[in-house]
Amino acid sequence: MSAVLERPRTASLRRERRWALIWSYVFLVLFAVLFLTPPLYMLVTSLKTSAEISAVTLPWWVFHPTLENYFGLFDSEAYRTFFRNSLVVSLSVVAITMVISILAAFSLSRMRFWGSATLATGVFLTYLIPETLLFIPLFKIFAFVQDWTGIEMMNHWWVLIIVYPTLTVPFCTWIMIGYFASIPKELDEAALIDGASYFQVLTRIFLPVALPGVIAATIFAFTVSWADFLYPMAFTTSVDQMVLPAGIVTTLIKGDVYNWGQIMTAALLGAAPPLLIYAFLMDYYIAGLTAGATKG
Amino acid sequence: MAQVNLRKIVKDYDDVPAVRGIDLDIADKEFVVLVGPSGCGKTTTLRMIAGLEDITDGEILIGGDLVNDVPPKDRDIAMVFQNYALYPHMTVHENMSFGLRLKKVPKDEIQRRVKAVAGILGIGELLERKPKQLSGGQRQRVAMGRAIVRNPKVFLFDEPLSNLDAKLRVHMRTEIKKVHQKVRTTTVYVTHDQVEAMTLADRVVVMNAGLIEQVGTPHELYHSPATIFVAGFIGSPAMNMMRCGLEESAGALRLRLHGDISLPVPAERVARYRSHVGKANLLLGLRPEHLTETRAQTLPGQAPFDVTVEVTEPLGMETLVFFSLNGGEVCARTNPSANLQPGKRAPLLADLRYMHLIDEASGRVL
Repeated sequence: MSAVLERPRTASLRRERRWALIWSYVFLVLFAVLFLTPPLYMLVTSLKTSAEISAVTLPWWVFHPTLENYFGLFDSEAYRTFFRNSLVVSLSVVAITMVISILAAFSLSRMRFWGSATLATGVFLTYLIPETLLFIPLFKIFAFVQDWTGIEMMNHWWVLIIVYPTLTVPFCTWIMIGYFASIPKELDEAALIDGASYFQVLTRIFLPVALPGVIAATIFAFTVSWADFLYPMAFTTSVDQMVLPAGIVTTLIKGDVYNWGQIMTAALLGAAPPLLIYAFLMDYYIAGLTAGATKG
Repeated sequence: MAQVNLRKIVKDYDDVPAVRGIDLDIADKEFVVLVGPSGCGKTTTLRMIAGLEDITDGEILIGGDLVNDVPPKDRDIAMVFQNYALYPHMTVHENMSFGLRLKKVPKDEIQRRVKAVAGILGIGELLERKPKQLSGGQRQRVAMGRAIVRNPKVFLFDEPLSNLDAKLRVHMRTEIKKVHQKVRTTTVYVTHDQVEAMTLADRVVVMNAGLIEQVGTPHELYHSPATIFVAGFIGSPAMNMMRCGLEESAGALRLRLHGDISLPVPAERVARYRSHVGKANLLLGLRPEHLTETRAQTLPGQAPFDVTVEVTEPLGMETLVFFSLNGGEVCARTNPSANLQPGKRAPLLADLRYMHLIDEASGRVL
C-alpha cells in the first residue's frame, strides 16, 4: 500500500527537481551572457584596426586581426607609467589596509574594552559614506595640510596611498571582525596559557586559522584600489602621476576623438591583474565569504 | 610543591555575583573536583585560577606565590578545555609542542617529551595528523597531551568529557585517572557530572550559587552530607527527602512520616536528635539503597512499612520502585526477585542506620 502511495510522490519530486534545474540553467546562462559580453566585445575590438572599428561590418567578428593596439600601448611611456603607478599604489594600499584592519579587527573582536562594540559598528558605518561625498572635504584637508606643513598633496600618485585606505580599511576590518569572531574563544585562551603573547596569538593562531578571511580582504582591497576612478580623477592631473583608470580615459580620449582600439586594449590589460588574482585565490575567496555560516 | 590556595575569592560580573567569597586549599599532587549545577561558579573559579578571569576580590596562591596579577602564561599551569581547543592548522605534534616552542626549549628535548607523553596517552601513531582527522576521544587525548608535555605545576580541566558519548566518557574517565596516577600533578577538575566527580576525585568540592557547600572525600560527601543541597546533589538516583515529625515516647524517638507510618530512630542516634523533637520543617533523608524489599531477618535500626507501588523500573541488576509519600515521590532499590507490582500494596524495609535528619529551614543536616 505504502509503495503504491509513494511512487507518484517520488515522481513529482523528480519532476520538481528537473524544473528547478532547468530554471537554474536559464538564469545562469542569461547572467553569464550579460556579464561576459562586454569583455568579449573589448577583446574583439582590441584586435581591430581603427579603420575596421569605424567600418560598417559585423562588430562581433575580426576580419583583419592585428596586435597593433597592444604594441602601441606597450610602446607608450604614459601607459607604462599608469600601470606602474597603479601597481605601486595598489600593493601599498593592500599592505597598509591589511596591517591596519587585521590589528583593528583583532582588538575589536577579542580585547573587550570600553566602547569596543560601538567602535566596531562605527567602523562599518564609515564605509557607508560614499566617496562622492568625501572628495570635497578631502580637498579641504589637503589644502589645510599644505598650509600647515608645506607638503603639497594634490597631483601626486602617492596621495592615493593615503586616501584609498579610507575606502578599504572599514570594509576589510568588518570582514576580519566577522572571521575572527568565528574562531572559538578557547583557542586564544589555550594559546595564552601555552605561553603566547597577544601578538603571538594573532600571528601564530588567528592569521593561519583565518587565512581565507585574510585572502578575501586582500582581494577586496586590491580590487578597490586598482579600479577606483573618482579619487584619481579628482586628485591627480599630470600624466606622470596618474593611475590606470584615470590615465586611460584622460590620455586615450582626446577632445571628442575616441581611440577605441587602444581604450579597449588598455581596459582589458588593466582588468588582467585582478582577474589573475581572483582565478588563483577563488577557492579561498569563496571559503572566506561563507565563513561562520555553518558550525566547524 | 604546587599547592593551590584560594582565599576569599570573589567574582562579580557587572554587579552580578558569580563567586561569592570561597576559601579552598588544594594540596600538592591532589586531584580536586569542583562540581555543581550550571551557574554555580565552578568554571569561573577554575578560570580565575588559570588567570583567564580577573578576580574582583581575594587572593589566589599557586605554589605559595600570590598570582592575582600574574598573566596565565607565567602561572605555570596547563588547561584542558571542554571543546579541546586544538589549533586546527597544526598537526598533533605541533599542537603538543606549541608551548615548548614558545619557551624556546631545544628541539631534541621537545622531540623527547612529545614522544614520551604520546606514549603515555597512546597517540604515538597520530602525531602527523591534523585535529580534523581525529575522533573525539583522540582529540581529547591530544588536548591532555598538550597539557602534560609542558610539565606544569597545576592541571586545570574544564568539563573535558562532556562532548564525548556516554561510552567514551566512561573510558576517558579511567584514562584520566590512570594518567594522574602516572603523572602526579596537582589537578583541579570541573564537571557538572557527580559520577565523574565521585570517581575521579581525591576530594570533591560541591558548589552552589557561588559558594562552597561542602568539601570532602567522595565517601564523606555520600555518607555524611553537610547540607540538603549536597545530600540531594550527590548520588543517583537522588536521596529521598520525606517530610516527617520527630516524636519522643518513653525515652525512644520515632519519625512520623504519615498518619499510619511511624519509624523508630536507631538507639545510637537518639542523643543526637533529641533536641529537635517537635521541630517543624524536618526532612528524613534516606538513599534509595536504604529502602529495600523486606528481608527474612530484620536488624536493629531497620523498620518495615507498607506502601502502594506506583511505578517499577527494572534495570536488570535491581528494580527501582517508586511510591508517593506526603505528596512527594520516593524511590526504593529492590532486588528483582522481590517482584513488586505497580498498583499493589507491598512491604518495604527502611534502613534507618543510614538516615539523615535535615532541617529544611536552615538547609543543614542535623
